[in-house]
Amino acid sequence: MAETVLEARGITAGYVPDLPILRSVSLKVAAGQVTLIVGPNGAGKSTLIKAIAGLLPVSEGRITLDSREITGIRPDQLTARGIAYVPQTDNIFRGLTIRQNLDLALRGAGAEGTSRLEALLAQFPALAEKQRDRAGTLSGGQRQFLAVAMALATAPRLIMMDEPSAGLSPKAAEEVLIHARGLADEGRAVLLVEQNVKQALRLADHCYVLAEGRNQLDAPARDLLGDTVLGEIYLGKRRLAPESGAA
Amino acid sequence: MIQNVIDGVLTGSYLSLGAIGLTLVMHILRFANFSHAELLSLGAYAALVCDALVTALAPVLAIKLAPLSLTWALGLAIVLSMVLTGLSAVVIDRLVFRRVRERGAELSMVFASFGMALVIRNIIGLIFGLSPKLYSQEIAFATVLSFDPLILVKPDQVFVLLAALVLMFALHLVLSRTTFGYSLRAVAENPALAQINGVNLARTIVAVWLIGGGLAAVAGIFYGMSHQIIPVMGRDLVLPIFAATIVGGIGSVYGAVLGGFIVGLAGNLALLVLPAGYTPSVPFLLILAVLILRPHGLFGEARA
Amino acid sequence: MIGVISYLVFFATTASILAIAVLGLNLQWGNTGLFNGGVVAFFGAGAYGTLILGGAAQAGHLGGYGLAYPLALLGGMIAAGLMAWIVGLLTLRLRHDYLAIATFGVAVAFENLMRNAEWLAGGAKGVRGFERPLRSALGDGFIYNLLFFLAVLLILIAVYLFLERLVASPFGRLLRAVREDEEAAASLGKSPARLRLTAFVTGSVILGLAGGLYGTFYAFVSPQDILPTLTFQIWAMLIVGGAGNNRGAIFGAFLIWGAWTASGWALSRFAPVEAQLYTGSLQFVLIGCVIVGMLMWRPQGLLPERLVVSQRGKPPSVQ
Repeated sequence: MAETVLEARGITAGYVPDLPILRSVSLKVAAGQVTLIVGPNGAGKSTLIKAIAGLLPVSEGRITLDSREITGIRPDQLTARGIAYVPQTDNIFRGLTIRQNLDLALRGAGAEGTSRLEALLAQFPALAEKQRDRAGTLSGGQRQFLAVAMALATAPRLIMMDEPSAGLSPKAAEEVLIHARGLADEGRAVLLVEQNVKQALRLADHCYVLAEGRNQLDAPARDLLGDTVLGEIYLGKRRLAPESGAA
Repeated sequence: MIQNVIDGVLTGSYLSLGAIGLTLVMHILRFANFSHAELLSLGAYAALVCDALVTALAPVLAIKLAPLSLTWALGLAIVLSMVLTGLSAVVIDRLVFRRVRERGAELSMVFASFGMALVIRNIIGLIFGLSPKLYSQEIAFATVLSFDPLILVKPDQVFVLLAALVLMFALHLVLSRTTFGYSLRAVAENPALAQINGVNLARTIVAVWLIGGGLAAVAGIFYGMSHQIIPVMGRDLVLPIFAATIVGGIGSVYGAVLGGFIVGLAGNLALLVLPAGYTPSVPFLLILAVLILRPHGLFGEARA
Repeated sequence: MIGVISYLVFFATTASILAIAVLGLNLQWGNTGLFNGGVVAFFGAGAYGTLILGGAAQAGHLGGYGLAYPLALLGGMIAAGLMAWIVGLLTLRLRHDYLAIATFGVAVAFENLMRNAEWLAGGAKGVRGFERPLRSALGDGFIYNLLFFLAVLLILIAVYLFLERLVASPFGRLLRAVREDEEAAASLGKSPARLRLTAFVTGSVILGLAGGLYGTFYAFVSPQDILPTLTFQIWAMLIVGGAGNNRGAIFGAFLIWGAWTASGWALSRFAPVEAQLYTGSLQFVLIGCVIVGMLMWRPQGLLPERLVVSQRGKPPSVQ
């Protein structure tokens, strides 16, 4: 079993007090693996990622990074500790140039900044060409890569992506997902939320299924490929997990 | 006509400085801060006090920088006042605005700022008295640039304009060349995204108040040098400064600069067609015109 | 004794007129979340409108239409509503700061115009020569003032009942929906901008009504009556009383007006002569502190927004 980077236990969280979207959700994310979260609309997938990233208050439960508690820590401090988060939309600063976006993300890199920037520009040649352009002028796929590049600029242990392929052409979507796999193969922990379930299951290691803010099921990704359970949960045919949650 | 343009540009230079801080605060903290103009008064009075202190402690500094009426002491006082006013803005945010903000009552911030404006303005009146004050008792003679038409320019006016332009250029460099500047723009565009890119939101808000307060202090001092220092100057400046931010587009620093000059010019050019008594209404007419023609201002973007 | 009673009537009349204004603002801010930074402009439009339409001819400025009093009052209300409609149309689609700034600007420009445009409304001298309705029948004495107070009180109650019904109606629920969650309201197929405009104009018409009554009461209005001070006072009344609660609005009006009058009296009586110049400043510091303090420590006001009767006591006017 690979080394656990992130562990969330019994997370209850929501946008307003007393109205939790997530109820006692738990998950583990390991280094070198792509961990996938799937589930129907409104399942709480994005909410879970935002709660881990520190953007939403967690009312119950604990989150640990490398076995150290990080519950309730500010988002910028989490970034410094090695958690990167690529939101689904509005994930770049349109008013800044591409280079300024990257420089901003590299602020905490210190002396390594220059070498990291060079590495990123080499990795994303399309961005390197357009460094001086406003990020708002990029195409959808290029924006997604800029957002990933900004996440990588912080040299994260864990990178979380919220539906990175949404709204992209099939080709660009595949490219982004393959890239996510590559990030895990380099040793990072990758936590991926995807609607593109089949494609994502093929490259993921482990998969969590959420519905109505609760854990429904988790299993190695390859076991779920071709399994009908997933479809049943999506269609609401299968009975949901009991009130106590799956923790 | 040319004289009106010159006066307008001069007025514009301090309105712009005031509007820059206001537009930043409005964009990042998302409320119309009606107490921003009181920071101008605060800065003007702080400089008055610092000037007197510096002159008392080091009388040597009371020498004038000819041909300006400005002394070394006042120059130093301007810098001190910027720091003091910036710090005051941070303290006011801590004591009042942050508490209201953290209660989640964003709309109430406007009310709070109105209340703060009343408190600050009248406390200044209670401390310094209601009568006007001047930085220099001497009458500054204007240089005649031309007799027909008669065009007068005071050396102080040239200084005010140049100093304002230098400050704006410095801010431009910060915003466009430093990662600190990028972080300010990032927070203005998307606070949550800025945070997950490692920007400390609370610290950025402090920086915004420091910058806004510092520039407001200079604006207030320049207003005082051009006119006089009175406790109600904030009341008279609040609408022109708001007009500058709306003309430029709320949130745009460059818009605020341009908006300030436009409002200043409009106010002075209006004297050619309207009796002087109507000048206070000109900013409102500009606001109306912008809302009809280009609601998001010259450089603004639509944002909910 | 009669002096005290006649003063109380005078006080209660002013407070009731202000309470009507606070109710108008409550519809805008309390129920719909619209920030009106220029309350005094709409109040002033009502006062000036009523006096110009209903007054005798004056040398040098508009007036002398000699309209029957109810029509004159209605004209003042329409003037306020029209002004609100224009401002609202331009700003209510934009983010909320625009309304705050534009309404503030209206108040500045309105006062400026009234002060300077002698041809329009007498400039700094104001509008005089207005004869209060039924004055010839009732005279100028205590009886007239008492009856005028009762009339104002009836109007206050009528406005209160109208607003209570409005707030409880489906329209009122929509307004609160817009205030709480604009997108949700829009998804119901209602245009939030139009709802807000309706509420803003209605509130301003009520402000105009209060202004008209105020002008009638003094039979005179000048730019001194429409200074920003009044905007602050009316707000303080609403915030202290409890935004969203009509009873709170009325309660706040009497409380703040009482406190304002009492503090002004105490300062003029007990403050040393050389400090008299500054009593105004002190009062403003106090009212500013009241506004800020309430927002920080009791933002819901003394009578919080509820459709159920509050336990804290009834507003004086309903007793």
